[in-house]
Amino acid sequence: MADPRGFLRTRDRELPARRPVPVRLMDWREVYEAREKGTLSVVSRQAGRCMNCGIPFCHQGCPLGNLIPEWNDLVYRDDWEEAAERLHATNNFPEFTGRACPAPCESSCVLGINQPPVTIKNVEVSIIDRAFEEGWVRPVPATRHTGRSVAVVGSGPAGLAAAQQLTRAGHAVVVLEKDDRLGGLLRYGIPEFKLEKRHVDRRLAQMREEGTRFRTGVDVGGTGEGALSVEELRSRFDAVVLATGANVPRELAVPGRDAAGIHPAMDYLTQANRLVEGDWLGEPISAEGRDVVIIGGGDTGADCLGTALRQGARSVTTLAIGTQPPSERDESQPWPTHPVLFEVSTAHEEGGDRSYLASTTGFEVGPDGAVTGLRVARTQFVDGRRVPTPGTDTVLPATLVLIAMGFTGAREQGLLEQLGVEMTSRGTVVHDGSWATSVPGVFTAGDCARGQSLIVWAIAEGRSCAAAVDEHLMGGSSLPRPVRPGEKPVTV
Amino acid sequence: MLPLTSRFSSLPAAQGLYRPDSEVDSCGVAMIATLRGTPQHRIVQHALEALRNLDHRGAVGAEENTGDGTGIMVQLPDAFLREVSGLDLPPLGQYAAGIAFVPREADGRAAVLETLERVAAEEGLRLLGTREVPVTDGLVGPSAEEVRPDFVQVFLADARAERTGLELERAVFATRRRVEHATEGYFPSLSTRVMVYKGMLTPVQLDEFYPDLRDPRFASALAIVHSRFSTNTFPAWALAHPFRTLAHNGEINTVIGNRNRVRAAEGSMATDAFGEDFSRLLPITTPGGSDSAGLDEVAELLHLSGRSLPHALMMLVPEPWENDESMDPDLRAFYEFHAALQEPWDGPAAVVFSDGTQVGARLDRNGLRPLRYWVMEDDLVILGSETGVVDVPRSEVVRTGRIAPGEIFLLDLEAGEIVPSDELKHEIATARPYATWVKEQKVALGDLPRREHISHSRSSVLRRQQTFGYTEEELRVLLAPMAAKGAEPLGAMGTDTPIAVLSDRPRLLFDYFTQMFAQVTNPPLDSLREEIVTSLGVSIGRSRNLLDATPQHARQLSLDAPVLDSDQLAQLLAVDAHPATADFHTVRLRGLYPVAGGTAALRARLEEICEEAVAAIDDGATFLVLSDRDTNQVLAPIPSLLMTSAVQHHLVRTGRRTSAALVVEAGDVREVHHAALLIGYGASAVTPYLAMESVEELVERGVVSDLSPEQAVANLAKSLSKGVLKIMSKMGISTVASYRGAQIFEAVGLSQELVDTWFPGTISRIGGIDLEVIAEEIAARHALAHPVDGVHPPHRGLPVGGEYQWRREGEPHLFTPESVFRLQHSTRARKYDEFRAYTDAVDEQHERLMTIRGLLRLRTDDSPAIPLEEVEPVESITRRFMTGAMSYGSISQEAHETLAIAMNRLGGMSNSGEGGEDPERLHDPERRSAIKQIASGRFGVTSEYLTFARDIQIKMAQGAKPGEGGQLPPEKVYPWIARTRHSTPGIGLISPPPHHDIYSIEDLAQLIHDAKSANPAARVHVKLVSRFGVGTVATGVSKAHADVVLISGHDGGTGASPLNSLKHAGTPWELGLAETQQTLLLNGLRDRITVQVDGQMKTGRDVVIAALLGAEEYGFASAPLVVTGCVMMRVCHLDTCPVGVATQNPELRARYAGRAEHVVTFFQFVAEQVREHLAALGLRSLDEAIGRTDLLALREDQRALTALGEAKREGLDLAAVLAAPEIHPGDFPRRRRGQDHGLEKAPDHPWIAAAEEVIDARAGTVRIPGQVRNIDRSAGTLLGHEVTRRTDGAGLPDDAIVLELTGTGGQSFGAFLPRGVSMHLTGDANDYVGKGLSGGVIAVGHGAGTGPSLTSAPIAGNTCAYGATSGRLLLAGAAGERFGVRNSGATLVVEGIGDHGAEYMTGGAVIVLGPTGRNLGAGMSGGTLFVLDLDPSCLNPADARGFSVAPVREEHRGFVLEALRDHLARTGSDRAAALLADEEELMGRLTEIAPRAFLTITAIRDDAVAQGLDPDANDVWNEIMEATHG
Repeated sequence: MADPRGFLRTRDRELPARRPVPVRLMDWREVYEAREKGTLSVVSRQAGRCMNCGIPFCHQGCPLGNLIPEWNDLVYRDDWEEAAERLHATNNFPEFTGRACPAPCESSCVLGINQPPVTIKNVEVSIIDRAFEEGWVRPVPATRHTGRSVAVVGSGPAGLAAAQQLTRAGHAVVVLEKDDRLGGLLRYGIPEFKLEKRHVDRRLAQMREEGTRFRTGVDVGGTGEGALSVEELRSRFDAVVLATGANVPRELAVPGRDAAGIHPAMDYLTQANRLVEGDWLGEPISAEGRDVVIIGGGDTGADCLGTALRQGARSVTTLAIGTQPPSERDESQPWPTHPVLFEVSTAHEEGGDRSYLASTTGFEVGPDGAVTGLRVARTQFVDGRRVPTPGTDTVLPATLVLIAMGFTGAREQGLLEQLGVEMTSRGTVVHDGSWATSVPGVFTAGDCARGQSLIVWAIAEGRSCAAAVDEHLMGGSSLPRPVRPGEKPVTV
Repeated sequence: MLPLTSRFSSLPAAQGLYRPDSEVDSCGVAMIATLRGTPQHRIVQHALEALRNLDHRGAVGAEENTGDGTGIMVQLPDAFLREVSGLDLPPLGQYAAGIAFVPREADGRAAVLETLERVAAEEGLRLLGTREVPVTDGLVGPSAEEVRPDFVQVFLADARAERTGLELERAVFATRRRVEHATEGYFPSLSTRVMVYKGMLTPVQLDEFYPDLRDPRFASALAIVHSRFSTNTFPAWALAHPFRTLAHNGEINTVIGNRNRVRAAEGSMATDAFGEDFSRLLPITTPGGSDSAGLDEVAELLHLSGRSLPHALMMLVPEPWENDESMDPDLRAFYEFHAALQEPWDGPAAVVFSDGTQVGARLDRNGLRPLRYWVMEDDLVILGSETGVVDVPRSEVVRTGRIAPGEIFLLDLEAGEIVPSDELKHEIATARPYATWVKEQKVALGDLPRREHISHSRSSVLRRQQTFGYTEEELRVLLAPMAAKGAEPLGAMGTDTPIAVLSDRPRLLFDYFTQMFAQVTNPPLDSLREEIVTSLGVSIGRSRNLLDATPQHARQLSLDAPVLDSDQLAQLLAVDAHPATADFHTVRLRGLYPVAGGTAALRARLEEICEEAVAAIDDGATFLVLSDRDTNQVLAPIPSLLMTSAVQHHLVRTGRRTSAALVVEAGDVREVHHAALLIGYGASAVTPYLAMESVEELVERGVVSDLSPEQAVANLAKSLSKGVLKIMSKMGISTVASYRGAQIFEAVGLSQELVDTWFPGTISRIGGIDLEVIAEEIAARHALAHPVDGVHPPHRGLPVGGEYQWRREGEPHLFTPESVFRLQHSTRARKYDEFRAYTDAVDEQHERLMTIRGLLRLRTDDSPAIPLEEVEPVESITRRFMTGAMSYGSISQEAHETLAIAMNRLGGMSNSGEGGEDPERLHDPERRSAIKQIASGRFGVTSEYLTFARDIQIKMAQGAKPGEGGQLPPEKVYPWIARTRHSTPGIGLISPPPHHDIYSIEDLAQLIHDAKSANPAARVHVKLVSRFGVGTVATGVSKAHADVVLISGHDGGTGASPLNSLKHAGTPWELGLAETQQTLLLNGLRDRITVQVDGQMKTGRDVVIAALLGAEEYGFASAPLVVTGCVMMRVCHLDTCPVGVATQNPELRARYAGRAEHVVTFFQFVAEQVREHLAALGLRSLDEAIGRTDLLALREDQRALTALGEAKREGLDLAAVLAAPEIHPGDFPRRRRGQDHGLEKAPDHPWIAAAEEVIDARAGTVRIPGQVRNIDRSAGTLLGHEVTRRTDGAGLPDDAIVLELTGTGGQSFGAFLPRGVSMHLTGDANDYVGKGLSGGVIAVGHGAGTGPSLTSAPIAGNTCAYGATSGRLLLAGAAGERFGVRNSGATLVVEGIGDHGAEYMTGGAVIVLGPTGRNLGAGMSGGTLFVLDLDPSCLNPADARGFSVAPVREEHRGFVLEALRDHLARTGSDRAAALLADEEELMGRLTEIAPRAFLTITAIRDDAVAQGLDPDANDVWNEIMEATHG
């Protein structure tokens, strides 16, 4: 470590400036100012706060096992190229995690015990952005091919990570994507202002050059146009990786749910993203001029909020069923666990109201069958369950309601059903210690295996699954396995 | 040949973890002679008296009447023999006589005597007759009696009555050797000149056992006596001293290498001194002999083949000539010439020798053992380990002296004179033209033509880094710092990764070896501050006939250091291309083998290389380069260590080892430990080419900046060389020449077969891997560089490492993010179930076979469980818990007090660590540390500190860095730390590697006695570190009367340690503890001592396993620290601990969040788990568990995580760990009775009685007359303790109690004397006068009427005033080596001192009114020296650069004069009187020496005081920091 006293010299976190709210609401670009080379010295200084711990808890807090102290040191010493090399040692897509990861690494940063943690995520994204700018990110094609073929179904972060790892190990890898564009949730789940799609495209270009083949609009096990039968899938490939995500939204079964103007958040975000990409042809769900209520106080809710504000919503209210979390860690969430805190995300900065302990008991529906409001009761806790307190209902006007309550599992109809993979009661694909499903030669990773989770987990699982597939095909593998199936972050 | 250990010895065979080779000993020695040369019985009587007075330096074991061995050498008592033998003996000089130890049963006895007669005849001798030597039956203890021989005196003469003198002596020698080779007989001596009587006796038994010695007719002009203190209690009659030519006090550390090279040199030995067929006398050294026996045998051979005994000893135990520019050039040339023939037998040594007419003594280069002498008016000379050993009228003493390091003291009884050392040495050195020979023949490597440097591409370096198993971490953590700074990097908090054999990954062969280190029986050296005695230089090439000397003997190549860079190696490879050196010849042998061929190919290639080496030597090679360069897809490298040891031992076996030097060109070497191993196994030099190419690349990549690649390589070479020196020093070895091949390593995890084949002589006790696993490990690394499927995963050049800092993909650690979190959370939230989650995580890791205890299982299935309520309660278990020694200084006050408070609440014990304790804590029962540590720095070790201790711990070694000292850097010596340590803020503090008052086991016994006298109520602990032989040392410690012995694991934490020590020194505690328990039981000494253990203790399971292996008390350090907030940053040495634990920075301390109740909870939880385990085992208390190894078994249900891991563990055999020796009658497997400290024999009791009134009144004065003898040890300490205790540490007004004593003070005269007590002694004193002086006054004068010859004559021994903190020591004479070491506040006046004076001094004043030895002021960081007629070359050159050397400053004149007047008044010093007569002249002759930083800081603080400011205030501190580090 170059500067053991760096954390004493630089006390505070320094993050890149965000563009002014009124300006950024006028477009879809990322909320941060573009990183100028001049600001990299700030990043270096922040990296110099890293204490190079004997036990780097950040490195454990990150499912990928990012070698955070190592690249912090390299950045501090201005060796960005080597930093990018070390970053890529554990992470295929730092430009995604550097933007869209809630950064459990920072929650577990040792400095965070009693000081503001190192701005790890910003260091990460700075490294990779610089690496792309400098042309250091080059295709790494395999020097030798194995003659084996693998199909990766799904092009979200888990599928892409598995595909890149397997391609580089010398296998012929084809990524099959049902949608018209690649990227899964990266493409359509995350708004442009959080992750500009050019980053996804840039990485896909590298993968293509490495030899990964991509086929979009392929509905494996489907029936319509572009469908690929499960039999063909099996006979064409030596192994299959299922990385189809957890795409069944959790429903809110209250009266009035069928009214017009009530949508799952993901439908809304997908359409919005397609609009930005310029390839939505129908009438979109738009928040323009409407009173929007978002049910669900998580990241997806915030994504809906930022999107709605950019679309020109008249008002936006976010309802959370639970209590307002504390703004600082308390005893129930000791370091280095990843705490649930009251956060002001960039979207929250931009507007909207937040309401807590809000249990939606029903929708008010107008004569045209469209929603006009929600009935909201105060949440109470009964035996640890959250239930509405009778008699506390109030009505909240709303003309657009977005349900951002997460996902319950993978969609079984079609592919999974036809493949015959065993499913858990939670709607995830059953898999063993080496990511193998109940069907020989078929493996799984990401949200469809784990259930709804973070991008880092998806990438980590994709990488680990790739190692298992490689071993299955070759009898051994030197690919890394950052996580074991079912591995969980440290909690109390 | 029957080893010596199996003759008349009950030394047990190897069993369990015990090996007889671990035995060592140490002792007292004395010599009496008359320069008049007339044999007298009086001499024998005096010698026996001296022996009795050295009784305390010897020891007895479990049996009171079985000594460790004692003996006497005299001139052949001709008159006596004539009368008692009944034989018609030829005149003296024409016959030889000696005692034969013969078996007591008739056949064995007859075999010896018949063989003697036959062999004598073959050697042209005639057996004149025999005599039964009378001995007193029933005197010796049962175990000595059981193996007792019979004693037959035999008489030989030349068959044709032709040969006499030396010629006859040689024939007798040949006869003796041959008889000993052929039978089980043993001859203590068989000579025309001397005779030895010795046996397994105590000093008082010797003459009672051998009535001959009491016969008035039994006369000699000289006598050498010796009393042995062995670490064991196994009688071995043959190993008692004296041997045939010498008696030895000390230990030869390099004996394995010395013996190997003697054996290797046998092939080239030639002499006609013993007639034809010299080979009948081989081997030279008898197997099973002790180090002393080996030294004796070689000295005897060198002597009988033509050199004088002094010459032989100058060859074998040379002075440090290498760095001594001021040495007589002829003498230097003598040493340099002989260095090509014979490496030093290195180690602490006081050797007393005689050939019957000359008798003399020689000290080793360090002067680590004391020798003092008196010359009497009647030409009687008395020399001994102590002064005062013979009661003679002091008024008749005409001269006293001490032997200086490297000096030879010689009496020539024929000439009737003492031969001056310089004269003798000069005469020997100029007997032949050694200087010319060296000048003409010797070549320096640097003289060879330079070669062009070759660079390698990045991809080539990477590929080979993969081949040799490099990790990213090694580049970052090891190589980069070495390249940048030229020094080895430091780490902290110990190690918690698996040892190599328990690792699931491929590990380098180096990792299976652990460094041995000096511990108790000999001291580690101080390679930094005492550099003058060390040498890295070696001379390499062909060694010639040891028994001859020709110019050709000097034809060698000299190297400055044992690490060569590739360019230097290229020079060596091209040596014969250069006409001037064409007679040298280098051959490179390729250590590569086809990896696909597996083990068979590896073995075949090794055997081939051995043959190639032989062929090369026979072809004239003088240098063999063993190289693993040029690996490729097919060829993998043989581990350089394996190749080196294989060739080394093959060449020893084939008698060619001394014909050529081995140089190793190794790609796998990148750590100090690696280089040290290669040299330790026979390499003369090492070229770590890949490490050097790697650092070149680190420079190119900018990882190491601001220097050139050449500098980086030079820095690396320097780091490695210096590191090797440090490792040698840890083992107490001074020169690379004697370290080379000394094999001072223990193998952990190598199979016996592997060791026997490739590493013979190495200890390996738990089995382990064989060649097959080594081949697998090589193949695994090779596959990384050359993957079988051809695919290199991108972005993943080298494995991440994770050995030093935790990494997910790296080596597993016991402390992981999860275990740290669970431990902290469970103890803070007081959740026992969470705590279980923590212990489950840790225990599960053990059970993943990460530790030795993890391989074991509790046999709960075989014993009926009992209800938990029946097990002893938590409170009685927590009393056995200790926290580790962490100094206040290394950790913050907050953390230190948290641990103390918690342990005091629990009834357990916390440990002060080294660094003293503030009086306000010392007297606070809640916050004080129960255990007060005495470490080598003696910081704050005062009478008060010791008196108010519950227990006292002597730290001999520390798990993280055994054999090394410590350091507190200046910026951590904040005012509050300085106050506690009695030092100056802002000045760095150093703890030396050795305790300068413990160079041997009898010295430790003395310090234990001192500590016990300083606080009789406290238990005295001795802290040892687990390594091979620790059980033997522990036995010695038990015999030295320690109450507790602590066995620390190698893995213990620390504030700062060189990484090689952290990882590679010592062994896991399981091994050390089991060995200790077994060895104590074998010796019948277990029941008198408590055994403690520590080292990565974390759970209740750990405690129970420790108990079952034999420990009664358990130490924890890292785990409770984690409870207080430590998150294993491992940056303690940087003072940046972000949680305020291991830092003094006030800002970081403010972040400390630890609480005593959390620590209490931790220990309660551990105790609760202990109870659960005990209940499951059916045991009601820990006491019932101690030593119950039968309740342990090997786990069979767990498997390693990888196939390689599984293969490694298959070879392990822990039966030795679980072995349980039979218990001696009366012994017990745990402590049941105490030690007899013999305090009732202290001279202090009447003094205390006389002083009682004054003490209790705290007023008045009393003068107490008395007499002391050398056997009165620690005189005054007990009295001092009473004063301190009864005055609550305040002491009394100066001179309240004045002892007026006469005689000779025993060791540690006035140790820890507190304020108010003055000891005035007329006479002289031994070592350690005024040790730890705490405010009292000690004055020693020769007394009136002793005459001018004694003015400034030696009056005190070595290491006086060590660690003194206040008070005055006034010596009207000279003192020995290491005067005033670590003085921090006392005023010391002395009239001459030996080497290393005022070393590490941090405060106070030393006034030297006479000559000083060399290396004055080494490491001195504070205080002031005043030296009369200073010889500036005596100052330590490195430190002197920071000294102010000037006339006495005006403001100090008064102080100096006052001190000298006090000195005069109390001692009556003639010299003081003469000097004070002219004060101006005196001041003109005095020089004042003080460190400049000390002066600066003192001035800043004085200024502050003058301005009415607090000198400890922050502003002042900042000013100090700026002034000294700005």
